[in-house]
Amino acid sequence: MWQKYSSRLPASCNKQTISEPNRKMIKFFLMVNKQGQTRLSRYYEHVEIHKRTMLEAEVIKNCLSRSREQCSFIEYKDFKLVYRQYAALFIVVGINETENEMAVYELIHNFVEVLDRYFSRVSELDVSFPVSPPIHLSFSIMFNLDRVHIILDEMVLNGCIVETNKNRILAPLFVLDKMAES
Amino acid sequence: MSDVVERTLSALPGLLGQHDPGAGPGGGPGRFSATSRLGSLIRSITALSSKHEEEKLIQQEQTNLKATVSAPTTTLRLMKECMVRLIYCEMLGYESSFGYIHAIKLAQQGNLLEKRVGYLAVSLFLHENHELLLLLVNTVVKDLQSTNLVEVCMALTVVSQIFPREMIPAVLPLIEDKLQHSKEIIRRKAVQALYKFYLIAPNQVQHIHDKFRKALCDRDVGVMAASLHIYLQMIKKNASGYKDLTESFVTILKQVVGGKLPIDFNYHSVPAPWLQIQLLRILGLLGKDDPRTSELMYDVLDESLRRAEINHNITYAILFECVQTIYTICPKSDLLEKAAKCIGKFVLSPKINLKYLGLKALTYVIQQDPNLALQHQMTIIECLDHPDPIIKRETLELLYRITNGQNVTVIVQKMLDYLRQSKEEYTIINLTGKIAELTMNAVFSVGGDVMHPDIPNNFLRLLAEGFDDEKEDEQLRLYAVQSYLSLLEEEDTFYPQKFLQVMSWVLGEYSYLTNDGDPEIIITRLHRLLKQTFVTSETKAWIMTAITKMSSRMSCSKTVDKLIQEFSTSLDTCMRQYAFELKHLCENKELMKKLLPLDASCDEIMVDASLSFLDGFVAEGLRCGAAPYKPHHQRQEEKLSQEKGDMSSSGFTGRQSPAGLSLGSDMSGNSAEIGQKETNCLKLDGVRKLWGKEGYLPKKENKTGKEDKTQPVPPDSILMGHVVDPPLMQSEQQVVSLSEEEKEKKQLASTLFVGLGSNSSISLMGRADTINQKLKKKSKISETQNSEEASSFQNIATLPFSPLPDTAPNNKENFQGNEHLGLRKVSLSSSEVLEASVSFDTSQSLREAGLDEKLSNCRLSTSSLFADSNIEVFQPPKTVPDIVARKAPLSLCLPEELAGHPHSEIVELCSCDILTVYSCKVWTDDCSLLVLFVANNSTSPLKTVNLVFETTEHFKIFESLSCHFPVIEAQSMESCQKCVQLEKVCTEGILSGSISYHLDMDTHLEFSLIFSLSDFIRPMKITTEDFGRLWLSFSNDVKQNIKMSPSQGSLSIALNALKQKLKLHIVEIIGNEGIAACQLLPSIPCLLHCRTHARTLALWFRSSCSALPDSLLYQCQKMMEES
Repeated sequence: MWQKYSSRLPASCNKQTISEPNRKMIKFFLMVNKQGQTRLSRYYEHVEIHKRTMLEAEVIKNCLSRSREQCSFIEYKDFKLVYRQYAALFIVVGINETENEMAVYELIHNFVEVLDRYFSRVSELDVSFPVSPPIHLSFSIMFNLDRVHIILDEMVLNGCIVETNKNRILAPLFVLDKMAES
Repeated sequence: MSDVVERTLSALPGLLGQHDPGAGPGGGPGRFSATSRLGSLIRSITALSSKHEEEKLIQQEQTNLKATVSAPTTTLRLMKECMVRLIYCEMLGYESSFGYIHAIKLAQQGNLLEKRVGYLAVSLFLHENHELLLLLVNTVVKDLQSTNLVEVCMALTVVSQIFPREMIPAVLPLIEDKLQHSKEIIRRKAVQALYKFYLIAPNQVQHIHDKFRKALCDRDVGVMAASLHIYLQMIKKNASGYKDLTESFVTILKQVVGGKLPIDFNYHSVPAPWLQIQLLRILGLLGKDDPRTSELMYDVLDESLRRAEINHNITYAILFECVQTIYTICPKSDLLEKAAKCIGKFVLSPKINLKYLGLKALTYVIQQDPNLALQHQMTIIECLDHPDPIIKRETLELLYRITNGQNVTVIVQKMLDYLRQSKEEYTIINLTGKIAELTMNAVFSVGGDVMHPDIPNNFLRLLAEGFDDEKEDEQLRLYAVQSYLSLLEEEDTFYPQKFLQVMSWVLGEYSYLTNDGDPEIIITRLHRLLKQTFVTSETKAWIMTAITKMSSRMSCSKTVDKLIQEFSTSLDTCMRQYAFELKHLCENKELMKKLLPLDASCDEIMVDASLSFLDGFVAEGLRCGAAPYKPHHQRQEEKLSQEKGDMSSSGFTGRQSPAGLSLGSDMSGNSAEIGQKETNCLKLDGVRKLWGKEGYLPKKENKTGKEDKTQPVPPDSILMGHVVDPPLMQSEQQVVSLSEEEKEKKQLASTLFVGLGSNSSISLMGRADTINQKLKKKSKISETQNSEEASSFQNIATLPFSPLPDTAPNNKENFQGNEHLGLRKVSLSSSEVLEASVSFDTSQSLREAGLDEKLSNCRLSTSSLFADSNIEVFQPPKTVPDIVARKAPLSLCLPEELAGHPHSEIVELCSCDILTVYSCKVWTDDCSLLVLFVANNSTSPLKTVNLVFETTEHFKIFESLSCHFPVIEAQSMESCQKCVQLEKVCTEGILSGSISYHLDMDTHLEFSLIFSLSDFIRPMKITTEDFGRLWLSFSNDVKQNIKMSPSQGSLSIALNALKQKLKLHIVEIIGNEGIAACQLLPSIPCLLHCRTHARTLALWFRSSCSALPDSLLYQCQKMMEES
């Protein structure tokens, strides 16, 4: 009965819209640094460009306001943010009510592990590179926006977690790289 | 590894300035092309300090890019790079629509990586309905037919990201073909693309449902996993259509859990965790409300719980999902128990993320099993004060789910507290306002008329007085108005009277806050209500008042005029009166505005309650021979007594008057007055405690106010009025032994969790209601009592507050013994108290338990103080049967051979006018005896009294389930005893039965009583050596760490507490380690090893029986949380 009337409330309060089947489990995937600069953004639901920047600013503000002792899940508007901080970089995922926060929290880490595997393997091939391997990763994410996206596309599609097996995630990209080389 | 990444990323900002990564575009495959154009763009942007500068730079960049992409000489390789830069610009929020078409071109013409980037850019730039998307279709079709698998992959990926719905037919056959492809990645991506189609156009893929089944059975895990997304959606829509697949899902999950997948699917050595979660979700949907399907998955759920033992976040993610599934499907007790334990692990975890999940899980499961909230109430209360607002809010969400008529005020208060604290978080204010208000709606419409009248009053008071922030208040009021308006939109919907009253008050007071609502419409809706048959005249008065208030704010209203006309001729005098009042007020708008000012509900209004200004009028009337005024109930009663003829003249019926009745003017008979005064004092007491420490009601003033109005009363009733207080103080003194803070928490806990547990709040209220009805019936008997009896009767009524004697009082004169019975009876009439006193009894009779007694005493007092229904308990007519009983004194005592054993209080099980059944538990060394006394209250002998227990799975009753008394003489008592054994280990169970007798006609009375595990536990006296030997021989063990509160102090204190509660035998204590032993009757041993470390108590149970350690642990946990 009170659901009926809650339709009068602002959309952000309306629980019913969340349970629509087409609502994406994962709404967006962001990488933002402490200065609030977006390093990567992928939206699984359409959001206007100017609204994206506003949303991202809010999201990072929310994340920065939290201490290490506080939990990594934030209730934000009608969805939840799951974030993980890797030093100066925040990876934030917007999810809906039904998604399992901890599973997404670990998904973020899996993603970072995949990035690490991809970019460190490349650096092994490229021995002439003057900077030590770990540092590659940070540059890699920044300067290889396309590749990070390609990796993410293998893992999350349509707001769903579609692949978590590292070998399988990286396989298509390795093929592309090989072909580009030859 | 994560360390490495973290360090790396932390070094990032610093490194940017210092290092030049060196390698040029030619070096390597160009992966670290920091010197590329993208690299320099990123770096220059990072170096900027203002948004304005950034804008300028991007504009410049976009101009360059525009020129480059449209130049015919631009190579595809350069175009690819431009695309990445465009992606970057868009990511920063600068639309670069000029590049969209080039992205499509790149996807069309590019070579592999270029093509991939083209597709990527398209999927990032365009949305589902973008017109340019149509231009992509040809490219996709071409690539799907390509012989190059990489191109097919890309096309499939982009299709599953973004594809125009109307073009699905163009690619569908191609994609269907791919389902048979030899490469798993192609099959997998094809399934993903079909999932996309299913989402945007489910009808178009209907014909390939059997292909989904094939995908589900694919030999490759990835393809199967991809199909699960489709199944999850389809099952969400229509679970019944896929029940036949349950076994497949179960088998798959079994294989995954059993580690049958290739090793590279492991994540931190957990096999395919996300896949497990997905499967658990599907199983939950399938098993919901379907016992047969649920049956199929119990095993695998059990295994999942068991396997998820590694202490890693990802296993907790699985456990969480598992718990949720277990509570979604049809319940199975041992799984529920395990899941509950799991939740305990979450909730008690020091890791904040796990705590959050625990609260979330609790919130979910609490609807099924409110007892879990009781189990974790202390943790919940801690979380309520948690420094992390998110945790706090999740806790409030949890409380929101357990709101009932009894705890609603405390919970709403907590929500409002939170609201006040979090001013800056706008959305939170919004949400909490909603929650607070929803809560009230929920409670009003469900709890409705049986709920305590102060709850709506209190809500209205909160709404009217508001908080510090005027804006917040308005928002809340506006919500209320809007929600009620939309509720009233529906015609012919039934709402409880109380709810309608609240609605009309709110609308009357605050409807001016809405801009869109035409007052005329609101009045029309209220008017419609007035004509409904289900609306009582009391509610009608509320509605009329609301209409009056509203009409004061409008110049004229057709509806109001119509209404006045309609009701001016109403048969209901009250309504007629209101209509006339309204009419006169409408004629004099100025007076009306003065009388009904806007938003002045909180302003003090001075009222001359004595109506002294009418004195002259009354005197005049009396002089002219008018009869002196008699209040309604007096008139009523006189009428009755005339009918009955043999009535005493005392106004004894005053006792039945509803407690809310105004005491203002009349005090005709002494006893009436006494009764009223008593009920009022008691009422206030209950109320005061109910609303917690601050007390919403101005209790003192209220009380004295009422006392002032009463005339001097006879000494014995004055005494009574004061007897009320001391026991409260007494119970408070007992609580002092706990720390002040603990006490507060406990109090809060009992206010928050009242009404939970085995009885749902609603049924509890329902029961209180039936008691009321019973009372009304019985009050007729009370009228037949003479006033002499009435005074002794009052003595009895005071007794509930005297300290409880330990044993049945046969050492005193019978008269007092019966008073004692009266007290028992009274304190039992609420089911809430029943539980409390039963547990009280259990523990009390353990002679060694001194401290224990104290604790349970406070438990008794808190629960009875905070329970809502308790208030009804003290209504005097309930004691009437005892008066009858007093005439034929019965002595209630245990047979001699049993009296020496520890036993519980003798409590009443059930009663009617004719007979009363009392029960007593006796804990002998080798069994648990239940002694039942059947007392014949009537004046004639009872024949063929049969007492029969129902069979339960948990308990076994020896000899036979029934007890037969051929005859019970008038005013005498018979007893029987039964040996009860715990058949199936459980922490608590209900033993129910019934008693029937024949007197004129067959009558049947039902009763039930609670046995807990501790009733069947006895100490096992063994030596340390024996302990050691036994310990090694037992295979079933359970370990758990329990947090100790500071008051629980050392190991020996904790162990002693356990000893008293659970009747353990402490074998030995060395330092911070201790061992204890007990046995479950008849002779199942259970051993306990415990060790304290920091603030935790590590308990380790071992037994030969598998269920026993779990249950004992649960009891320990409960006990530790309670103490």
